[in-house]
Amino acid sequence: MPSVDAPVRHRGGDVAGLGVARAIGFVAPALLLIGVFLVFPALWTLYIGITDYQLTGPAAAAPKVVGLDNFAAALDDALFTNSLWLTALFVLGSAVIGQNVLGFALAWLLSRVRPWLRRTTEGLVLLAWILPGPVVAYLWFAVLSRDGGTLGLLLDDPTTAWLVQYPMASLIVFNVWRGTAFSMLLYTSALAAVPPSQLETARLVGASGWQAVRDVVFPHIRGHVLTNTLLISLWTANDFTPFLLTAGGPNHESEVLPVLIYRQALEGGQLGYASAMSLLLLAGNLLIALVYLRLLRRRS
Amino acid sequence: MSPAWVVKRIGFYVLVAVVLAFFAVPMLWLASAPFDAKPGLGVRWPDWTFANVVTTFRHPNAVTSLVNSLLLCAVATAVTTVFAALAAYSLSRVRIPGRDALLYLLLLLSSVVTGTAAMVPIFVMVLQLGLIDSRFGTALVIAGGMLPAAIFILKDFMDSVPRSYEESARVFGASPRQVLGHVVLPVARPGVATIVVWSFVNAWGNFLLPFLLLRDVGKQPAAVLLRTLHDEGGSANLTVIPVFSLLYSIPVVVLYLFVSKRYGFRFHGGIKS
Repeated sequence: MPSVDAPVRHRGGDVAGLGVARAIGFVAPALLLIGVFLVFPALWTLYIGITDYQLTGPAAAAPKVVGLDNFAAALDDALFTNSLWLTALFVLGSAVIGQNVLGFALAWLLSRVRPWLRRTTEGLVLLAWILPGPVVAYLWFAVLSRDGGTLGLLLDDPTTAWLVQYPMASLIVFNVWRGTAFSMLLYTSALAAVPPSQLETARLVGASGWQAVRDVVFPHIRGHVLTNTLLISLWTANDFTPFLLTAGGPNHESEVLPVLIYRQALEGGQLGYASAMSLLLLAGNLLIALVYLRLLRRRS
Repeated sequence: MSPAWVVKRIGFYVLVAVVLAFFAVPMLWLASAPFDAKPGLGVRWPDWTFANVVTTFRHPNAVTSLVNSLLLCAVATAVTTVFAALAAYSLSRVRIPGRDALLYLLLLLSSVVTGTAAMVPIFVMVLQLGLIDSRFGTALVIAGGMLPAAIFILKDFMDSVPRSYEESARVFGASPRQVLGHVVLPVARPGVATIVVWSFVNAWGNFLLPFLLLRDVGKQPAAVLLRTLHDEGGSANLTVIPVFSLLYSIPVVVLYLFVSKRYGFRFHGGIKS
């Protein structure tokens, strides 16, 4: 019996005989949700960012288009520039340096310890990554608190309120603890691809551990380092957990960009102004993502 | 065994011990404080008691918030998994016009438009739709954010599954529906399981979106209640917060144990996108 969709093999691998129309029907629900909750908000940010839209008051009912005023105001706003600087510090300290270095060190060191020790350490690092954000934030609040916190007990120093006196350093240490698992996993799988014979040769010619890492391992995993750095930077810049630990305080000393946006929009009611700031975060994300995708494409 | 070798070996194990302590110490509190008769913020050997557990269950919002968390997660996970599986299968097997551009756009979107970057428009949109305090609406917003990455992971997985199973089933006269139900679904089960676990853990820990979109305490999930308990302060809450944190962590820890036992946490081949 001749059938319209008989030649199964010749349609780009449509082996189940789904047909284009049904396939589009399968993709549509997902695209609808993505369209409503991701694409539309992203585009709408562009518009809200050029209005004086507010949560309450006359500008809430009838927002006016004010053009680029919000952006000019942001660049002039000491809180905004402060927040940009803190975000850069946060990303550089906790992701680019902290998670990257500790993640690699763990992957490297744990490949030469006994299996039980390796499993225990990896398990703890992964647990830190997988526990809910509000819980880990509270755990660290308990460690760093002045009122009998664990760090104060360990150092026998009950007078230091770490989160108040050193808020950025606390956030950076916290985020290293929280996010190192990803780098560790990625570097573990990258290191598995380094030929053991080359490491053996390096050892035979008397290279130290550090020389072996630099001259044998690094050339093999260069792409992974770049990928890892891009991804963890992106996630760190968009992380809202600092809000749970310090809420930006004291006196804006740890107000990274996501926290500033929240406080301007929801606590201050300046929706238009906060949108203009979000746009900057979106642009930064876009830049990192484009570099990342370019990298992926070149590798494949 | 030269002295230098011994020193190096000791230094190595000291380093491992320091790292181990760094990761373990903050978590010890989660094991000790819930069962301590006089819980404080510091870690110490507890005076064992179960009184805190009883107090926590009597707290007016503790149990409801955990139920809310389950509800949010169940809806978000189900929607993400079903929609992503359908989309990923079609994108993997059928040459839909504009497919490559669509995939590129999805990958871009999944990393660029984060909850933090889009919080203002999402809040305004939900406010104008009158969906503030709607748990179902919040679950859909969470699912929307997870979908692009879920589609990508699943499509990668489907691409690695050989087509010959489906081809043979077709040759023997199975209908598309039968092929999907009896061949594709069983073969894709590990990939689907990954997405279920991944989206559950993500939705379970999500704080920002429920915090923005659910204002009524009776509808807030555990993530938001924990924050509220912390904000209220007072030593009375030290009886509730530790047990509550533990209860809230249990589902994720159970999933974690299940996954590490069954599959192990490793990146296979490519990198998570």
